[in-house]
Amino acid sequence: MLTASLAIPSASTTSTNRIGRTLNIVLAEIRYELVRALRTRAFSLSAIGFPLMFYCLFGLLMNRGEDLDGVLVAKYLLGGYAVFGSLGAAIFGVGVGVALDIHAGWLELKRASPMPPLAYIVSKCATAIAFSIIIVCLLSGLGVAFGHVHLSGAELARMLALAAFGSVPFCALGLVMAFLVPPNSAGGIANLIYLPMSFFGGLWIPITMLPHAVRLIAPALPTFHLAQLMYACFGATPKGAITGHLVNLLGFTSLMLGIAWIAFSRREQNS
Amino acid sequence: MSPVLSPTPADTSTDVVASLNAVTKRYKNDVLALDNLSLSLRAGEILSLLGPNGAGKSTAVRLLMGLSAPTSGHVSIFGRDPRLAANRLRTGVMLQVGRAPENLRVREHIEIFRGYYPQPMSSLELVHAVGLEGLENRLFGQLSGGQKQRVLFALALAGDPDLVFLDEPTVGLDIEARRGMWTQIRGLAQRGKTVLLTTHYLEEADALSNRIAVIAKGRLICEGTPAEVKAMGASRVLTSRPDAPDHLHRSASDPTVRIIRCVTTLTADNLLHMPGVSHVDTVDARTVITSSAPEATLREMLALDAQLHSLDVQSPALEDAFLALTSLN
Repeated sequence: MLTASLAIPSASTTSTNRIGRTLNIVLAEIRYELVRALRTRAFSLSAIGFPLMFYCLFGLLMNRGEDLDGVLVAKYLLGGYAVFGSLGAAIFGVGVGVALDIHAGWLELKRASPMPPLAYIVSKCATAIAFSIIIVCLLSGLGVAFGHVHLSGAELARMLALAAFGSVPFCALGLVMAFLVPPNSAGGIANLIYLPMSFFGGLWIPITMLPHAVRLIAPALPTFHLAQLMYACFGATPKGAITGHLVNLLGFTSLMLGIAWIAFSRREQNS
Repeated sequence: MSPVLSPTPADTSTDVVASLNAVTKRYKNDVLALDNLSLSLRAGEILSLLGPNGAGKSTAVRLLMGLSAPTSGHVSIFGRDPRLAANRLRTGVMLQVGRAPENLRVREHIEIFRGYYPQPMSSLELVHAVGLEGLENRLFGQLSGGQKQRVLFALALAGDPDLVFLDEPTVGLDIEARRGMWTQIRGLAQRGKTVLLTTHYLEEADALSNRIAVIAKGRLICEGTPAEVKAMGASRVLTSRPDAPDHLHRSASDPTVRIIRCVTTLTADNLLHMPGVSHVDTVDARTVITSSAPEATLREMLALDAQLHSLDVQSPALEDAFLALTSLN
């Protein structure tokens, strides 16, 4: 009796309708994820606060007006700390965030709902990108106000674009972490990835000032390649070709997405 | 009264909304969560899946939601694959969630889930249906346990679904909050929804459902109306031998049967030889004796054990019936 009225509603909706609805769902997920992240002070204050604090210490306080590769140190380091900010937002926002949602069963509830699964991933990554952009803006403001940095509109635009696109490899790394790491150790492991990747990638202290051994490790890290692209924004001569850095970042992103996919599928099979 | 002691074959009539057909689920770590379980949910009913912790209730719900694939057997929702998006639009689910995003407001959580459906319930109606009036602007993290459960309940109803899965909706709630949730679950049935409820409280299954399926260790123990299941449970309490169906009906209707609880030094062997005693068990250092001649049993026990204390004599309760049903396997 009830089955008579059980016609599948989506059969009648047109595909444009469906695309429009999917887009609305994705936008709502992004909006509320961003709101949630900003309200979660423990996350928002540390994700934004760490790069700002480090930049103040190393880029502003210890700055003696020197040049690096023809660029003022305070300006040069903006690039490194921008990458540091993107990395933190992705590792803690995407990596730890998704790991906790999995642990709490929240992701499962989302998956049982009609939400397109990609909307969830996109919202986490978009939030990490938004944080990167906020961090770049605040860092640039600090540099201009206290570091005698002159930043052209084009330089700022290039930095913002790089921070946005540059977040993607780190978000992919975050997903790998979320699917592989046991949730209760996610926070600790995040720091084990975040801090060494920043130091050995030359984000805190420019790579040329680091010991020779570190300079050998650096090219294996995406942080190094993204930082070189950032420095190139300011007209510094990058270590190695631009295309080489881009290929490296692309390769790292593909590798991470591949591992994340395998880890996710394995989880599915045993769920 | 016609208790169904063996799993009924899957109902093939047209009003079956969701079904598990001979489903076995073995996890990779070799845990057998469901063992050849068949279950069908009919349109408009509240079916309770009753069983102790670890019986496989949540696994059954996860399979029905398409969150997990069966090792063998067949799962179907509205006659189709549970993973289809079209099915999810007509299904609402409340899972055991440890932590929902705490820094979103009640109103925001509801808006997000309403957005998933083409024809959602209105926010006003939803908030009213689950009794969250006045709490719309609270952050999820500021709510009490009962209020949090009600938000999750609202999320399950956001799309005005035909079929609702509630996985232990009242776990961890105090009595008042639990009663409130019951009222709301009854409201679902009044609106013609089909509900699958999992619980480990017989009292809850009894109060809410049209039909109860008792499972333990992934297997269906029995299935029937609450009255039938209780009668079956009572009869199991009274017979130490579950494979003696002849005695079931007689002892189930025996009004003199009592459960005697006490602390005694008498052994189970001793007790089983006393008049009327059919079952002996030890729970938390107390001996639990089922007797159809309680006065005679007690006289003998008191004569043999001068130290006997903490004595308590009761009619078989629902929980005893349920324990008896699920502990047999």
